[in-house]
This record gives sequence, structure tokens and C-alpha cells, in this order.
Amino acid sequence: MSRSPLVHGLRVARALFTSQYALMLEYRAEIALWALSGVLPLIMLGVWSGSGAGADAGLTPLQLARYFLAAFVVRQFTIVWVIQAFEEDNLQGRLSPYLLQPLPPLWRYLAAHLAEQVTRLPFVVVILALVALVLPGTLSWPSPLSFLLAVVATHLVFLLRFLIQSLITMACFWSERAAALERLQMIPYLFLSGLVAPLETFPEGMRALAFATPFPWMIWFPARLLGGGQVDVAAGFGALLAWIALLLPLTLLLWKAGIRRYSAMGA
Amino acid sequence: MAKTLANSLATFRRYRRTLARFWATSLTAELEYQANFLIELLSVGGNLAGSVFLLSLFFGNGRSLGGWSWEQALVVLGVYTLLDGLTSTVLQPNLSTIVTHVRTGTLDFVLLKPIDSQFWLSARTFSPWGLPGVVMGLVLMAVAALRAGARPGPEAVAQVAVLLVASAVILYSLWFVLAATSIWFVKVWNATEVLRSALVAGRYPVAAYPAGLRTFFTLVLPVAFLTTVPAEAILGTGTSQWLLASVAVAVGSLALSRWFWGFALRFYTSASS
Repeated sequence: MSRSPLVHGLRVARALFTSQYALMLEYRAEIALWALSGVLPLIMLGVWSGSGAGADAGLTPLQLARYFLAAFVVRQFTIVWVIQAFEEDNLQGRLSPYLLQPLPPLWRYLAAHLAEQVTRLPFVVVILALVALVLPGTLSWPSPLSFLLAVVATHLVFLLRFLIQSLITMACFWSERAAALERLQMIPYLFLSGLVAPLETFPEGMRALAFATPFPWMIWFPARLLGGGQVDVAAGFGALLAWIALLLPLTLLLWKAGIRRYSAMGA
Repeated sequence: MAKTLANSLATFRRYRRTLARFWATSLTAELEYQANFLIELLSVGGNLAGSVFLLSLFFGNGRSLGGWSWEQALVVLGVYTLLDGLTSTVLQPNLSTIVTHVRTGTLDFVLLKPIDSQFWLSARTFSPWGLPGVVMGLVLMAVAALRAGARPGPEAVAQVAVLLVASAVILYSLWFVLAATSIWFVKVWNATEVLRSALVAGRYPVAAYPAGLRTFFTLVLPVAFLTTVPAEAILGTGTSQWLLASVAVAVGSLALSRWFWGFALRFYTSASS
């Protein structure tokens, strides 16, 4: 009996996702804590709301609050931990059996991330509900179109971050120090992505510099969409797609070359 | 009376000697990885540059941050950087192992050692890679304080030293209590991540926050005592009430951490295989 590759692919995807989802449900307490550890945008909202700096950049208190809540949500669904998972699998010797399966391990990690996001969703809703209790009138449903665009943008951001981290992970085949690159790239991400300050508040030169990097598109752009602000949709999606188009072939290339270098732990 | 004093002096000396051995051996081990130093320097420097840039966004146009001037707010950032460096030097490398000891059952061996188990778990290793943060924090504190016009005399310097020790003790107790809950919940390591992410609030003077959060950061999560109170003492705007309160919170939280460890150990039943 011959099966079409598409049907087969869908079956594999379903099996991968449901098994990873069952696994993630086991760790729901941990995931709740992870969700809680993303409070940074909410803390920053506290500082910004007491400062006149937001108003000087043309943002009303309500816009600021919505921006940071949206940034919180976008961050929650774009967290990537492929490097930690890969290191653990490599160390425990699980990578070798994975490589023997007719499925590139990156797909397994991708499914694990998506399953984790689904597990995380209820906790994010609870945190948002608590914030809505403390700051009544802040939360509002964006228009269906902006919501849809924000969801698509968030998924693209997730893909982009997944690619960046996979690229760094692949570099680990060559040098153990490569893991430090991940920590170092988190620094510009933290300060330039818009997680701690809306890009509107940056001085002119700094803003231009930030937009030349992929970082502002990772939080600021989807958060503006979700928070109901005016934003250049075409430029945002264009930038995200361009960065993905640049990184996707690079990651695949490095993966192929890395696998050839790989010799199991302790061999 | 004289005998108990001599006894406790001997105990103190024994612990000091042990601590010196512990840290000397970890230093030797860590120095095998010298390239880490450059990476940590880049990481701490980058983080500090980013934080200073972020802080600068709140100023300009004659604005202040909750009544704090730019230089004064930089002192708070300096204290935060110092404490964060201490966390990477001592707290994180030590307390992150409690979870592993509980999970693999090696806590049994720790408990059998002829030394206080809380001391062993809290001071066994030392990571020199947090030291760049400590140094940069101290430098930022001093430079910003001088530029803010503070000229602390010897008495004020002593007060600052007391307050910094108090913040370190409070920070340690928070971490330790949270890490000790791994006796019950093995997967608790994430809880310390939550703590670390919430403590980021200490980068700004507590007056910068809205009233509700200010109360929370003073009474529930004592961020105010960690960075704002020492910074006020450095700038000479502190009061003796806050000094006393800070010392009281430090003593209280240390006592709490000791009591809590004893309480937690009653529930420790070793790992079953």
C-alpha cells in the first residue's frame, strides 16, 4: 500500500505533537514557573508608568500599559530552549538513537516547543487575568485583523528565534564555547527588542541602529500589532521573512556539516 | 564562660579554614577554563551598558525617576550590579546543587559530614566568573556617588558596609529558603529563576514604582532593602530607621533560613531508587 508523502508527514507530525504534549503536561508546574519568570515587561511597565518619558515619546499611559502587556504575551510564546535540550540529549547519549530515526531531530525539538506553548497558554491567561484585576480597563481585545496578524507575526518570530538558536547549537559541534554565544546574543535581544522599552522612546540614532538588527522585530513589532498601535505591517513582515530566509539555509547547511563531525559522547 | 568563648572561637577558626580550602580548590578548578573570563567580562559589560542606556531613557527634559537624579539612580544600579555579581559568584553555583543532591540522594553524604550542612551547601564552591560584576558594581557605585555630590565620612562608609552586608544576607536567605523547598518539590529550580527575574526590579529606586508595587517590593519581596536602602546610605539621604529596619530584616531572614532548613530536613527521606 503506497501512502502519499503528505499524508505520511501529517501523521508523523500529529504523533510527534501529541506525544510531546503529553510529556509537557507532566511538567506543567515547571512550565507555570517559567511563565512566571517572564515578568520583566510587567516590572518595566511599573517603572515606565511612573515616568514622564513615555508621554514625551508620544505614548499615553494606556498605550504604554497595553504595549507592555502585549510584549509580555509575545515573549511568552517566543521562548526557545533548543540549545539546552540539545546539550542534555547530547550529554545523555540520546542524540545517537535520534539520529538513527528517519526524522531529523530538529523536527522533534520544534514539536516539543509547540507543545510547550500550548501547555503554557492557560498560565499566560491566568497571569493576564490577574493583571486585568489590578489594572482594570487596560486589557482590550484587538481588532480581529490585528489579532490575526499578531498571531502570525509571533509565530514567525518564534521560527526566527528557533533558527538563531539552532544555528548557535550547531556551532557546538565545533566548539564547546559556542554555548556562550547564546548568552551573549541575549544581551542585545534584551535591550533592543523592545522588551524593556518601546522603541519609540529610543534616541534617533539608537533606534536606527536597533532596526538594522533582527531584535526589534522580535518583540516590538508583534507587540505593537497586538497592543493596537500604528505600525508598518509590510516592513515588519518583510524584515522577519528576510531574516528567516537568510538563516534557514545557513542552519540546514551547518546541521548537515555538523552531523558529519558528530561522534557520540564518550566514544 | 571563658571556656564556651574559647570553644566558639575555635569553631569559628575551623569554619574559616574550611572555607578557605573550599574556595581555593574551586578557584584552582575554575581557572582551568580561563576563556570564560573574557566571555563573562563581555557579558557583564554588555549588560551594564544596556542597563545604563535603558536608565538614560527615563531622564532628559529635566525629568527625575521617582525623585532620584540620574547620578543617584546610577548608584542604585551599581548596588544591583554588585549583588548580581555576588549571586553569580556564590549563591547560584552553590544553591543550584541542592536540587541535584536531593534528586540523586547525595544529600545523605552532606548530612553525614562533621560540619553544618547549611554551611556546606551554601559555601562549598566559589565561581570567580561573577567577580567582574562585583568589581564593576563597586566602581559604578563609587563614581556615581561622587558625581552625585556625596562625600561620605568614615561613619557613613561603615553604615554603607553594614547595609551592603545586610542586603547580601537578605538575598542569600531568599535564595536559600527557595532552594531548600526542593526537599519537597524536586523540580523547584525554576522557582529561583522566578526570584532572579523579579529581583531585576532592584535596578531602579523603589520610589520609581507605583504605590502598590512599592509596598510589595518593601514588605513581600524586600527589593527595597536590597538596593534602595544601601544606595540612600551612600548618598547620605538614608535615615537610621531604615538602617535598623534593614539590619532587623537581615537578622530575621537569616534566622528564618536556619529554622526553615531544620524544618525541611525533618521531611527528608533520602532518594528511593
